[in-house]
Amino acid sequence: MKTMFVAFLAIAVISVGANLVLKQAGFSSQERTLGANVQLDN
Amino acid sequence: MLRAMIALILTLSFLSTASAQSADAPDRSATGGAQTVEDIMLRQRGEVVENSFRSSATGDPDSAAGISNQLGTLGGASDPELWRAVRFGSADTKASNNGPAAAVLIQDGGMSWLKFRAGPLATYGGGLLMGMIALLAAFFMYRGRIKIDGEKTGRKITRFKAIERFGHWLLSGSFILLGLTGLISLFGRKFLIPTFGHETFSFLAVGSKWVHNNVSWAFMLALAMIFVMWVAENIPHRSDINWLRKGGGIFSKGHPPAKKFNAGQKLIFWSVIVLGVSISVSGLSLLFPFELNMFAATFAKINAMGIGSVFGFGELREVLAPHEEMQYAQLWHAVVSFVLMAIILAHIYIGSIGMEGAYDAMGSGEVEEQWAREHHSIWVEEMMPEKSIASSQAASAQAAPVTAAPVTAAPKKAAPKKAAPKKAAPPAK
Repeated sequence: MKTMFVAFLAIAVISVGANLVLKQAGFSSQERTLGANVQLDN
Repeated sequence: MLRAMIALILTLSFLSTASAQSADAPDRSATGGAQTVEDIMLRQRGEVVENSFRSSATGDPDSAAGISNQLGTLGGASDPELWRAVRFGSADTKASNNGPAAAVLIQDGGMSWLKFRAGPLATYGGGLLMGMIALLAAFFMYRGRIKIDGEKTGRKITRFKAIERFGHWLLSGSFILLGLTGLISLFGRKFLIPTFGHETFSFLAVGSKWVHNNVSWAFMLALAMIFVMWVAENIPHRSDINWLRKGGGIFSKGHPPAKKFNAGQKLIFWSVIVLGVSISVSGLSLLFPFELNMFAATFAKINAMGIGSVFGFGELREVLAPHEEMQYAQLWHAVVSFVLMAIILAHIYIGSIGMEGAYDAMGSGEVEEQWAREHHSIWVEEMMPEKSIASSQAASAQAAPVTAAPVTAAPKKAAPKKAAPKKAAPPAK
């Protein structure tokens, strides 16, 4: 049972980590579709 | 090759649509090439109208009237012709935003995808899961819990090490989360919004998307882990044929001999690997839209191999709009996921309430020796060679082979032990 809970914890850690990495990687729809004449968050 | 198979099965699902396009082109001379009453009637009957007569009717700039003449400013294309070009993706569209899909103003295949997703995909996918649950419930009522036939020894054998169980739970935990959030995304509009309202579903949908996108990495990591750890023991063996022929002993008394993984478990393993990889690849395609396009290239390979003519669905389209790549990936992702979910439901059943002693293999990693002897007799013999020798000596009196004969039927009582198992544990409670 302990191994199972460790694995579930690992899922949470991997997911949060993946989210942070992907945010930094610049693959959001916003970043991929911005152009010189299209600016968001400004 | 895998991608080719993926695309083949997917395209077969559209076989009826594709085959309907092979009819001879009707005579449209009476309307000057425009659609006829026959075309309208076909569409009203829900049949497919071959659209090339429209997609190619996008004007002729070369024969445009002079700019100072009447209609000269149209540049050789009327408004309907211009909009046809927009619809069929041949217009020279410029957009301020970037990205492969930015210049696609009308995506003609979108409605087909939407209809398939809301119709057959949801209906048959949901039906498959409900059918599997009903089947398992009926089987449980018929067979009950599969008990350990012989007397429990109280001794335990280590079946899976901690790292193996970690990989299993990483995969299973992530798969259940992905399955649930995927079902929320697919069925939310139909079932959750009417029940909980838009506000609640909005929160649920945003959360589901976050979980689905990010938990997927744990799934892919775990998939690689279990493949590396278990592939060698899941290579087919001749004992698997006997196991399958006897249906794993599920419907009868006695247990066919099996190695560490029986044929049923091997089928589960390879289903998880093959379908899991397919789901992962299509999922990556969806995670990075327009970056990892699979289907146009696959369709081109299928056309090159002539598979279309063999199965009678003709040539597949080798040029797809960016959205279409995503739509095919989404449909494929969902179809394969439904199949894997149905398989995993059966796996969860047999590993929990369906069989006494099975859960311990992934719970503590230690299984009752008698359980192991009944369900994985060859593996137990391999695990305990000293026991094998004792068995073979006894068997040699009956001119049996030198190697230990596997247990072919569950003993009613545990045989007295002449050699201790590798790991002994306190008697079972």
